[in-house]
Amino acid sequence: MADDKPQGGYIQRDRNWHPPAYHPGYKTSVTRSPQKALLSFPSSLSEETGPVFSPSIIGARDNDLLHNFAADGESAIGPRILVYGQVREQSGRGLPDTLVEVWQANAGGRYRHQKETYLASLDPNFGGCGRCMTDARGYYEFRSVMPGPYPWPNGVNDWRPSHIHFSLFGQAFAQRLITQMYFEGDPLIWKCPIVNTIPSRQAVEDLIAPLDLNATIPMDTLAYRFDITLRGRRQTYFENRPQGL
Amino acid sequence: MAQTLDYLNESPSQTAGPYVHIGCTPNFSGIGGVYAEDPGSRMVNDKTLGERITIRGCVFDGVGAALKDALVEIWQADAAGLYNSPRENRGQADPEFSGWGRSPGDMESGEFVFETVKPGAVPWPDGRMQAPHITFWIVARGINLGLHTRLYFDDEKEANASDPILMRIEHRQRVETLIAKTESSATYRFDIHLQGSAETIFFDI
Repeated sequence: MADDKPQGGYIQRDRNWHPPAYHPGYKTSVTRSPQKALLSFPSSLSEETGPVFSPSIIGARDNDLLHNFAADGESAIGPRILVYGQVREQSGRGLPDTLVEVWQANAGGRYRHQKETYLASLDPNFGGCGRCMTDARGYYEFRSVMPGPYPWPNGVNDWRPSHIHFSLFGQAFAQRLITQMYFEGDPLIWKCPIVNTIPSRQAVEDLIAPLDLNATIPMDTLAYRFDITLRGRRQTYFENRPQGL
Repeated sequence: MAQTLDYLNESPSQTAGPYVHIGCTPNFSGIGGVYAEDPGSRMVNDKTLGERITIRGCVFDGVGAALKDALVEIWQADAAGLYNSPRENRGQADPEFSGWGRSPGDMESGEFVFETVKPGAVPWPDGRMQAPHITFWIVARGINLGLHTRLYFDDEKEANASDPILMRIEHRQRVETLIAKTESSATYRFDIHLQGSAETIFFDI
């Protein structure tokens, strides 16, 4: 652990920034939302520690969704994209060596899942999962196809915008987060009941990845940049806890 | 105007959705050949120190139905009370125990299962010992921000009675929602209720 300052516990989550548990526009949340007040405590060792993953678990094609499920010599169908960005704490410090997991629908908006009923076609060369570790500065990247939008049973005509799911670990279990990345310019973003569980436009915009033409690979792949911020630690020189804790 | 504080906002959460298993336990969801094994599916091996235990339970919604699309993760200390994490500075945790587990739940019943070891006690920031416990994190379709809670053990009555968190819970009848029940030898049942009179205590921690 190479933090440059003595550090305290994790900054409390801003629960007015995150979506509330109960949001009737997203119907499934109605019976899955706790109704009693949460029990608030400052973080302790149990949350300030977290699992570490060895880079050895990551296979050479784990971050290449174009090919990691494809037959030899083939690749997934759809617009080729590269998604990259930095995983950092609220202080701005990049988080190295942390696991990033992603999953998504194929270019037609269809997930490879036995409970999926959308009539769009499966792509035999697309599985839809990928993962990588961040580098020394907290950067990650993966390659995939642009996921398609799809309809889902909520209202009679609700559609999900194109999106990629992200699972982040950070360095402490207090930082554990799952969220979704959206694509700049997609008109479905502002009509989506799941997006609209987020209280402010500013917070939604934090989940919209801009097209980054400078990072595209000419004649090959478009690039989107998506930075992710996890909870930061409070930086305190004086803390009312015994030496060594 | 005062100076600007330059903290970034945490990225807002979004639900894990109905297909969280594609990304987090692909082999379980039928996407084979991409990862050698699903992360968190094996917590112990033959060399792991400590008492082997099994934890089983379901996540119930507000109408009493078990969720079949949840993902449950746990994080815990080893048998000596040490975390296998770079942030652990009290000693070297058992290298044969990761401390982290992930269960997709049974496709039919929704029941999650963890084969792990009983954790040792870990101190609270003020130095008092906490009762042995396991941190739980639950995500699913319809859950907008992952839910944190803790499992304590029904055979640790003395330690539970002096646990800094359990002692501070105002509604004493709700303490029971955090205590796993011995079901049979070395097997504990820990059901999680998202709503209702038995609603589990969830943490903002």
